[in-house]
Amino acid sequence: MIVEEKIENPFKPKAARIVRQYDLIRDHRFFQIRHIDMKKAMSFTYNPGQFIMMSIPGVGEAPFSISSTPSRPGILELGVRKVGKLTEALFQKKDNNVVYIRGPYGNGFKLDQMFNKDLIIVAGGLGVIPLRSILYYALDNRDMFNRIFFLYGARNPDEFLFKREFFQIKDREDIDCLYTVDKPDKDWKESVGVVTKLFKDLPAIDPRETNAVVVGPPVMYKFVIDEFLKLKIPKNQIQLSLERRMKCGIGKCGHCAIEHLYTCMDGPVFTYWDTLHFKELI
Amino acid sequence: MRILKMQSKFLEVFLESLDKFGKIYGPKQKNGVLSYDRLENISELVITDEHPMIPIKKLFHPMQFTMMHFNEKGFEPDYSVIEKRVVLGVHPCEIHSLLKLDKVFLREPKDPYYAGLRENTAIIGFSCLPLENHLCYSTDTDIVSEGFDLFFVNLNGFYLVWVGSSLGYDMIHEKEEFFDENVTREDIQKYVDWRQKRNKMFKKSFEFDNMPDLMDLGYKSEIWDEFAEKCLSCGQCSMACPTCNCYNVTDVFDVSNETVGRRNRMWDSCMFVDYSLVAGNHNFRASRADRLRLWYGHKLKSWGVDYGLPGCVGCGRCVDSCPVDINVLTISEALTAKEVPNQ
Repeated sequence: MIVEEKIENPFKPKAARIVRQYDLIRDHRFFQIRHIDMKKAMSFTYNPGQFIMMSIPGVGEAPFSISSTPSRPGILELGVRKVGKLTEALFQKKDNNVVYIRGPYGNGFKLDQMFNKDLIIVAGGLGVIPLRSILYYALDNRDMFNRIFFLYGARNPDEFLFKREFFQIKDREDIDCLYTVDKPDKDWKESVGVVTKLFKDLPAIDPRETNAVVVGPPVMYKFVIDEFLKLKIPKNQIQLSLERRMKCGIGKCGHCAIEHLYTCMDGPVFTYWDTLHFKELI
Repeated sequence: MRILKMQSKFLEVFLESLDKFGKIYGPKQKNGVLSYDRLENISELVITDEHPMIPIKKLFHPMQFTMMHFNEKGFEPDYSVIEKRVVLGVHPCEIHSLLKLDKVFLREPKDPYYAGLRENTAIIGFSCLPLENHLCYSTDTDIVSEGFDLFFVNLNGFYLVWVGSSLGYDMIHEKEEFFDENVTREDIQKYVDWRQKRNKMFKKSFEFDNMPDLMDLGYKSEIWDEFAEKCLSCGQCSMACPTCNCYNVTDVFDVSNETVGRRNRMWDSCMFVDYSLVAGNHNFRASRADRLRLWYGHKLKSWGVDYGLPGCVGCGRCVDSCPVDINVLTISEALTAKEVPNQ
């Protein structure tokens, strides 16, 4: 063999164990996984907003955003919707079964520019999965941020992800949580309507001293960004995370290209300024 | 760089002697098509101005190969595609294409397969004269100053030989008696004449330097829809383009086994409709116009945030191969004139 074994093959995924899983809502499941190699499990760190590539041998490999925060090391958390071949196979796995992962990949949120400023997190539907990482990161490092606002909209109360957790943090004094659903049921006591309706409940902010992050379905971005712009938040202080097809995660396979950018290396987090500059982003 | 002179009569014997540096590859006729392949015998080698139909990327980024094997214990890389090789007869545009692919595949983290194939393969370049559709004069890729171990310029009766690496030096050293240090004034004059003659032979050209701006300015141009009307999404351009690097990955179980199998990699094309399709059936590039614009953005504007320059090396293969005449010439003409040329 000509290639020396000591060279790490970046495509070789490492074994990880599913330590716990439970259904979030129908067809959406929460997974806690942990590298089988203990050293790897404890040393594995990442930025909020990064993703991993997960493999099930014989089925394939795909990107998954990380839903846990690096401030709580050891266990990786994923929120997964059963939507394709790989996720169908993943949902068949039992606790203690093994999957294969590599990463973390991508840039993650630009934390440096967010410290000591107000933070507005806006999530739509599944978009809350990657945002849960920065939400808990900010709460675990509470002194490093000023005010934190968390706006989350789901279609209806049955599709509201992480309901128990998110209503628990709603009771905290150090974060403002605003929740809404399009179609309420009789027990729903929060707002009703699309997520942009929540902006009127925000207190006055100093836009220069504010960072905003948004993740949601592609159709949502335009409307939420319009709200950020109404608040006069600078375009490069608005961050969003994008989904694309990926086969490698490390800038080789080309699938996630947007103009000359690779979502896997140059993203998946982009500023709104990037999306204007690179026309095809949203 | 060191430049030596070799009489043409020594060429075959010299090239034959290179087999001690690896298995010999080069362009040969195969089923009526010129293609890079393993040469059993040096007489199979075809040194010509024509480019092989499939570019040299296939020797470094194989069309299909097994990356890893998997079983109950996990994944194990398979490096069996990597071998010691010497590739003969490589034209300047092909060498430029490898330098561009290097920027993608050797950017950290490196692709170990491409890196292994690159590190273990010597490149013996050969000059060529332009044919009908060759555009390398426009793309400034007609001359190479790096990316080869040896480079031969054919000056009728003798070759001037550029020595581009320490390995190239070792190759020369093996057959020192063939090479003459003494390049005379007449030889230099012959080289200058050859360059001038060659420069005048290009039949087609395009304003490559203007293209990045025109791609940006023409982003919303209707030409994309007009080209999309005739594009067949066949992906032939991607197969033929020396700087198309996209690939797909699939897992395959071994016959009659549910735990053991292979993870394979194969060429892909952004012209295919499912190229940007994600689970849940959202297609980020469902329109053919968007896919064409992406392809030509990579060739004529820029290529990767850290890779800089446009991908086109002017080989002319898209001009040769597109069945409906969509290529760097027709696209750049349309971007300049703001209309799609008549067929």
